[in-house]
Amino acid sequence: MTMGDFTPYSGFLGGVLIGLGAALLLLANGRIAGISGIIGGLLAPPFSEVAWRLLFIAGLWLGAVVFIAARGAPLAVTVQASLPVMAVAGLLVGVGTRMGGGCTSGHGICGIARLSKRSMVATVVFIATAMVTVYVVRHVAGGAAA
Amino acid sequence: MTTSRNAELFSSLAAGVLFGLGLAVSQMVNPAKVIGFLDVAGKWDPTLLFVMGGALAVTVPAFRWVVKRSYPLFAAGFVLPTRKDLDPRLIAGAALFGIGWGLAGLCPGPAVTALVTLALPIAVFFVAMLAGAFAYDRVARRKRTT
Repeated sequence: MTMGDFTPYSGFLGGVLIGLGAALLLLANGRIAGISGIIGGLLAPPFSEVAWRLLFIAGLWLGAVVFIAARGAPLAVTVQASLPVMAVAGLLVGVGTRMGGGCTSGHGICGIARLSKRSMVATVVFIATAMVTVYVVRHVAGGAAA
Repeated sequence: MTTSRNAELFSSLAAGVLFGLGLAVSQMVNPAKVIGFLDVAGKWDPTLLFVMGGALAVTVPAFRWVVKRSYPLFAAGFVLPTRKDLDPRLIAGAALFGIGWGLAGLCPGPAVTALVTLALPIAVFFVAMLAGAFAYDRVARRKRTT
């Protein structure tokens, strides 16, 4: 096993910031910082509590803009998949996170912190299927599919 | 009461800023970085584990402390998941989410945050994700009412 571009310090620091954001949302507003859930609440009635959801999303953008301004460099976002693959992937993420009741943030960070068995199982399952998917796309299909 | 309402909305924004900044600092907004973690058979990049570790180092103790309170600071109560059972929808949803995550290297939080780059593949993924979530919620709601 060879190691790629490993950045443990900035990774850990970024993780601490993410954790502080999740902790603040729970302490101040009593809410779980699950991004798929926060967005999902904007898509279906009852359209209550729209404001805090929109402000949280605006905050995500503002946080990224602060980072870009502080570094004076654009945000590195490299996409390797084609547009049709991105569309299929988006659909799967949309359906899967609503069906499974959460994503990397809601299950992976908040749910595990609440010691929820459902979240621990969901996190193991989505990391496993994601690793298998990357293995198939990169090492079986040889990158031809994406 | 309006003071606490404003404090609630400001906390939402601040939590989003911390979260978005954390995603940017840890490079989790970069699909290529995330796929580097998922690609265990390639040049494996374990950074994502350090991001989760950093986040959980905050949320595990913080959540334990916060939920001991009767109320959050600015809202009427905590809104927390109550289900404890493992059902097929949780597993199937997490599995579908993982496949989409592996194909694109994007999950909901980074997808929303990376929209600040105005990159077309991110926008395609985001719109498809909203469509998938909306469609699933509609079908699930219809099944419940019939």
